[in-house]
Amino acid sequence: MHPLELVSNLRNFLPPDSVLYETEDLKPYECDGLSAYRQTPMIVVMPETEEEVIRILRVCHASKTPVVARGAGTGLSGGALPHAKGVLLSLTKLKKILEVDPITRTARVQPGVRNLAISESAMVYGLYYAPDPSSQIACSIGGNIAENSGGVHCLKYGLTVHNILRLRVITIEGECLEIGGACFDTPGYDLLALMTGSEGMLGIVTEITVKLLPKPEKAQVVMAAFDDIQKAGNAVANVIGAGIIPAGMEMMDKLATRAVEEYVHAGYNLEAEAILLCESDGTEEEVTDEIQRINEIMKKNSAVDIKTSNNETERLKFWAGRKAAFPAAGRISPDYYCMDGTIPRRNLARVLVGIEKLSIKYGLRCMNVFHAGDGNLHPLILYDANQPGELKKTEEFGAEILEMCIQVGGTITGEHGVGIEKINQMCSQFDAKELEIFHAVKSAFDPDRLLNPGKAVPSLRRCAEHGAMHVHQNQEKFPDLPRF
Amino acid sequence: MQDIIGQYTNTIHAAAKCKTPLFIRSGGSKDFYGNNINRDGHDILSAAAYTGIIDYDPTELVVTARAGTSLADLETELQKQNQMLGFEPPHFGPEATLGGCVASGLSGPRRVFVGATRDFVLGVRMLDGNGNNLHFGGQVMKNVAGYDISRLMTGSMGTLGLLLEVSIKVLPIPPIELTLRMQMKEAAAIEEMNQWAGKPLPISATCFYENNLTLRLSGAESAVRAARTKLGGELIPDGSAFWNSIREQTHTFFQSGSSLWRLSLKSNTPPLKLPGQQLIEWGGALRWLACSGEDVNTEESIVRSESSLADGNATLFRSNRKSESVFHPPGSQMIKIYQRIKEKFDPAGIFNPGRMYREL
Repeated sequence: MHPLELVSNLRNFLPPDSVLYETEDLKPYECDGLSAYRQTPMIVVMPETEEEVIRILRVCHASKTPVVARGAGTGLSGGALPHAKGVLLSLTKLKKILEVDPITRTARVQPGVRNLAISESAMVYGLYYAPDPSSQIACSIGGNIAENSGGVHCLKYGLTVHNILRLRVITIEGECLEIGGACFDTPGYDLLALMTGSEGMLGIVTEITVKLLPKPEKAQVVMAAFDDIQKAGNAVANVIGAGIIPAGMEMMDKLATRAVEEYVHAGYNLEAEAILLCESDGTEEEVTDEIQRINEIMKKNSAVDIKTSNNETERLKFWAGRKAAFPAAGRISPDYYCMDGTIPRRNLARVLVGIEKLSIKYGLRCMNVFHAGDGNLHPLILYDANQPGELKKTEEFGAEILEMCIQVGGTITGEHGVGIEKINQMCSQFDAKELEIFHAVKSAFDPDRLLNPGKAVPSLRRCAEHGAMHVHQNQEKFPDLPRF
Repeated sequence: MQDIIGQYTNTIHAAAKCKTPLFIRSGGSKDFYGNNINRDGHDILSAAAYTGIIDYDPTELVVTARAGTSLADLETELQKQNQMLGFEPPHFGPEATLGGCVASGLSGPRRVFVGATRDFVLGVRMLDGNGNNLHFGGQVMKNVAGYDISRLMTGSMGTLGLLLEVSIKVLPIPPIELTLRMQMKEAAAIEEMNQWAGKPLPISATCFYENNLTLRLSGAESAVRAARTKLGGELIPDGSAFWNSIREQTHTFFQSGSSLWRLSLKSNTPPLKLPGQQLIEWGGALRWLACSGEDVNTEESIVRSESSLADGNATLFRSNRKSESVFHPPGSQMIKIYQRIKEKFDPAGIFNPGRMYREL
C-alpha cells in the first residue's frame, strides 16, 4: 500500500497529530537506546486507547505492513529499531494507572506507564513493584514485558516474568487475548511466560496486571573492596553458600570504580581491583543478623576495606556509584557499548581475564559492572565512533565476549534482549532446529511475520551467512544450508 | 544414557510415522491428574529410565538433572547442602520424578510466597514430535535469548514434547520455621491473610480449615520470633508434618469427597457458597472443594460459574468419575493459539493427546 494511502486509512480513526509521516516528525523515532543503529520509519502512530491499537493492527494486517512496537525507547538492543517500510507503534500515550488494589497487592496499568510510576502510586499502601531496571525513571512497563527486564534486586525478587499476573494482548489480526489471570495460575500453556521477553514479536500488550510487594522495613548495604577479582568472586559464592539471598549483590572492576568515583564521590576504594556491594533487606531483626554475617564473610575472603551503611543517605550514596556506571562511562569516553551476557558465576574470573585479553587485542578499554548475584555481566566497551573503524572493532570485541559467555555455559543476553544487536550470536547459542521452534512459535501468533520483522530470532539463511558461526563438537549446525 | 535418548527418539519417530498416540509416563504418581483418556492398546513412553543429577553447584543456586530423576532423591541431595525446591512440589507418591513435577507444573504451600514451578525452571532439554533433541533456556537466572520455551513446557502436561533434562533454581532452606494456629471464621481468615500478605512478615504458607487458620513462618530466627509475637496464636509442635499432609494431600480433608476441585481465585474472594467442604491455601487464592454429590453436572456448572465470577478458574483435580474436560475451558481465541503451538511442536499429534484439552 502506498504510504499516503495508509496514512489516510489510519487518519480515518486517529487524530491527525497521532499519525506522523513527515521526515522531520519521524526523526526522533529513528533509534532506541542503542543509537548505533538507526532507521527512519515510514509512519509513526500514537494510539491513546486499546480500541485504536486494534484498529491500527487490523489496517496493518490487511495491508501486510510491518509493525514495530515502541515504549519509552530506552531499550539497549535495538528491539524498537523501526522498519523502513513499516509503522512504528508508539505506546507512550497509553499511560493510565487503571487500578491499584492494596488488598490483593496488584496494579492494573497500561503499557506506557513508567516502571517507577507504579511503585510511586503504590507507596501510600506500603507496597512497590519489585523489578527495577536502572532506567526505571524512564522505561515503560510495556517495554519491560517485551524485554523481561530485571534490575539489581532480581536475585531475590525475580524478573518481570515473576512479577506479573495478567496481560491483555492484541494479536496482529486485531484479536484480544486475556493471558494469565487475577489468580495465581491458569490452566493451559504458559503464554504469560512466552509473551514476557518476546520483544514485540508475538503481540501488542495493552494492559498489564502486576504484583506488588510489601516494602521491606529496612535495607542496609555492605561495601567491600578486594585486591583481587577472584577473592571478590569467592566472597559472592560464600554469601550464597551461607544460605543468604541478598536483596542486591553488585560488583565493579577498577576502571568502573574509578570512573564513577570521580563522578559521584561515593567513597569507593580506588586501589581495589573489585568493589562488591551486598544489600540485605527485610525486617529490622533479619537485616541486623544478615549484615553481621555478610561482614564476616567479606572479612574471611580478605576484603581490604569493608563499610556498612549506617543510614538511608549512606546506603543510597553507596548505590549511587553503581547506578551511575553507565553515565560515568559516557564521561570518560565519547561512546560506550554495553554488553549483557550472563554466565555461571563460578566462571567469573575466567571470563574477566578473557575480556582483559580481548581489550588488549582490540586496543579498547572495557569497564566491567556485574550483577554478581545472578551472573549477569555488563562489560562497557569504551570507544570513539568518530574514529574510522572503531565501532566495527567494538562490535567484534563485543561479539567475542558473547561467544565466550556461551562457551562457559551462559547466555548472550540476560536482560537487554537480542533485538537487532545480538541477532548473529543467536546462531551460536541455538542450532537450526531450535531456531525453527522459535520461528514456529512466532508464526503461531503472527503467521505473516509482520510484528517486528528481522529482530530477536535470526533466519536460518542469516545464520548460514554469519561468518562467526561455530561448529560445536564437530557437528555443523546448519548442514542443510548452502554456504556463501 | 545416550542410548536411552536414542531409544526415545526411535519410539517417537515410529509413533510420528504412524500417527499413533504416545503416552508419556515416568513414575505414574500423577496419573490421576488431567483428562481421562483411553490409553488402551497405545504405547507408553516410559520416561523413568533417564535419571541422575548432571550438575549441581550449591553456590550457583542451580541444579540440572535428568527428567527421570526421583523427586525424593533430588530433594535429598539438595537437603544435604541445606537447599530445597522453593515451590514445594507435591510428590503424590514415592515414584514421583522431576519430569512429572515440571510437566504437571504443580506447586505446594510455599508457592504464593516464593513462586511456582514455572518461576524456578531455567532451562530444559527435550525431544519434540519430530524426535529433535532441543535445548532452551540455560543454567543461569537471567536469560532472554529466544522465547521462553522452558516455561512453556512447564505445566504443558507432556503435550508438546518429552522432557529430558531440566535446570531449576534452588533456594536455601530457611534457618527456622514455626507453625501457628488461631481460631477464626472463614471471612475473617480471608481478610487477615490478605492483610498480612501486604506487610513485611515472614509468612511462607497459610491454610484455613474448619475455623482454624494455620500459618507457617520461615526465615531468620530473629525475624520469625518477632513475627510470632506480632501475630499471636498457638504454636503447633509438629508443623512440618501438618504442611506435608497439605502438600501431599494426605490430610483427612482430601479423602472426604468423591470429587476434589481445585479453585484458583483472586485472593480476596469472599467465602464461596458451594456444595461440600472447603480448605483454603495460598492466602485465599487457592480453594480446595471436596464434593460427594450425585448430580455431577450441576456440581460442575456451579463450581465453574462461581470460579469465573471470582475472576478465576476451576480444575476437577481428582474424581471417581471419568471426565474428559477437567480443566477450565479456554476461549476460542486461546485454543486456536494453543492448537497452532501444539501443531508446531508435535505435528503428528502423538504426545498425550487429549490429556490437557480435547483439542490438543
